[in-house]
Amino acid sequence: MQQFLDLTLSGLSQGAIYAAFALALVLIWRSTRVVNFAQGAMGMFTTYLALLAVDAGWSYWAALLLALGSGLLLGAFIERVVIRPVENGPELNPVIVTLGVFIALQALASLLFGAQYRSFPAPFGLTGLQAGSVNLAITPYGLFTIGAVLVTMIALVALFRFTDLGLRLRASAFNGEVSRLLGVPVGRMLTLGWALAAVVGSLSGLLIAGGELVWPAYMDPLIVYGFVAAVLGGLDSPAGAVIGGVAIGLALSYVSGYAGSEFAGLAALLILVAVLLVRPAGLFGRATVRKV
Amino acid sequence: MTAPERRSERPAPRSTAPPALVVEGLTATYGPVTALREVSIPTEPGRVTAVLGANGAGKTTLLRTISGLVRPQAGQVRLGERDLTGAAPETVAGAGVAHVPEGRGVITELTVEENLRLGSLLGRRRASGRGGPARGWSLDDVLELFPAIAERRRRPADTLSGGERQMLVIGRALLTEPDVLLLDEPSLGLAPRVVTQIFAVLRDLTEQHALTVVLVEQNARSALEVADTGVVLALGRVVAVSEAAELAADQALRHAYLGF
Repeated sequence: MQQFLDLTLSGLSQGAIYAAFALALVLIWRSTRVVNFAQGAMGMFTTYLALLAVDAGWSYWAALLLALGSGLLLGAFIERVVIRPVENGPELNPVIVTLGVFIALQALASLLFGAQYRSFPAPFGLTGLQAGSVNLAITPYGLFTIGAVLVTMIALVALFRFTDLGLRLRASAFNGEVSRLLGVPVGRMLTLGWALAAVVGSLSGLLIAGGELVWPAYMDPLIVYGFVAAVLGGLDSPAGAVIGGVAIGLALSYVSGYAGSEFAGLAALLILVAVLLVRPAGLFGRATVRKV
Repeated sequence: MTAPERRSERPAPRSTAPPALVVEGLTATYGPVTALREVSIPTEPGRVTAVLGANGAGKTTLLRTISGLVRPQAGQVRLGERDLTGAAPETVAGAGVAHVPEGRGVITELTVEENLRLGSLLGRRRASGRGGPARGWSLDDVLELFPAIAERRRRPADTLSGGERQMLVIGRALLTEPDVLLLDEPSLGLAPRVVTQIFAVLRDLTEQHALTVVLVEQNARSALEVADTGVVLALGRVVAVSEAAELAADQALRHAYLGF
C-alpha cells in the first residue's frame, strides 16, 4: 500500500510534466496540423539559457522568466522563419522541417553550451515530505511542478474560452479561410499559437530539469512520453493532453515500480499501439480522417 | 464582450452615403485554367446583383477574387476611394466586404454564439475605425431577425440545419457592419420555402441598409426574383448584363445559359 501511494505520487508529478509537453504539441497541432518534433529541443535550449542566467548569478525565478520569455520568441521565430515558407507545400514538409530544427538546436546547444552533464537547480527541496512519521514520495519541488502545470493549464483555458483573442486563435485553428474572411489576421494568430506552445514546452523543459542533470539530449525521453500522452488524449484536445499526460505518468510509474524501470519505454510503446488500434482519434479527439 | 443593449427596432438605416463597389476587368487564373476573363459587373448600394451561369462558369472565382482569396492577374476591385485589388482577405473584410463562402462557412467547432461574436469583433473594429457606430448591429438584433438560431445560441454550430446555418452566416456577416455582401450559393441544399424566406430577408436588408449585394446562384429563377440586375457568366466571360426582369424574360438566353 505504501509503495502504491509512493508510485502514485511520483507518477503524478512526472505526469504533470508530460502533460505540459503534450499540451505544447497539441497547441501546435490544433492550429497548424504539424507535429512539432523540435518541441523538446526548443525546451532544452531555453532551459540552457536559464542555466546560463543562474550561472551569472540570477535567481531561479528570474531565470525561469527568462526561459519562458525566450521560449515565446523562439516559438514565434521558428514559425515565421522556418515553418511559414513550407506551410503550403505537401503536409509532411513542415514535419520534416521540425525534425531538422530538432537536430540543429541539439547540435547548436552542444557547440554553445558543451555536451557535458550540468546540474540544474531546483527552487524547492528535493527530499520527501512527511505525513506524521510516514515518508511520502512527493517532494516540495514535485508539488511545485504540479502547481505550475495546473496554473498554466487554467490560464490557457481562460485565454481560449473567455477572451476575444482566444476566440480568434481558435477560429484560426479550426477554419483559416473563413477566419480571414471575418477579418482575423490568421497568420499572426498562427505565430502566436506557436509562441504560446513554445512557452509551455519551455516550462516542461525547466520542470523536468529541476534538481537533475541537463545535457543537449536530456529532453529526448520526454519527447517520446509527451507524444504518447498527446496521442492518448487525442491530438486535438488540450484537456485530453493533460489527462493523457497524467495517465502516462501514472502508468509508467507503476510499471517502473512493480516491473522494473527498464520496462517503462516498452510500456509507453504498448500504450501508443493500443490507443492507435482501439481509438485512433484518442480519448478526447474528434474522429476525423487524417491525411498524414 | 460588451453587454448587448436591447433594442425594439432593427438598426436605423445609415445617413451617410455608402461607398460604391467597383469590379472592373477582372482576369484570374485558378490553377492552370483561366477562370475569369475581363469580368466587370455593375453594382450599386441598395441593389442586388445576381451572378448566374453554369457550374464552372467562374462565379465562385469572381467572389473569391473580390474578397482577396484569389489574386487577379488584371483588373480592379475598389470600394469607395480604397483600392482593394489583390489585398489580403482580412484587409478586404476590414474594409467592409463580407464574403459568405459556398458551403456556408460556419465554423462548426465553435458555438452559434461564438460564430456570431467573430462577426461582432470585426464590426466593432470597423465602427471604431470610422469614429462611431455605423448601423450598429448587435447580437440581439441578429437573433431577433433569425429566431430559429436564437434558441441554439449556446450549441455547437454543427447541430444546425442547412437553413439555420445560412441564417447564421448571414447574421454573422451583418455583424461585421459590411457595406458589401457577397453571397455564394445561399440556396444550395435548402428547401424552397426556406430559400424564399432567406431571400425575402435579404431583399429587406439590402434596401433598408443600402447594402451592395452580389449574389452568386445556380438557382437562376429564384435569384432573378430577388435581384435588381443580372449578370450571366459562361466560361469565365460575361455574356449578358441587364435588368433582372429583362433577363428572366429573355427566353433564348434562359435556355442557353440558365437552364429554365
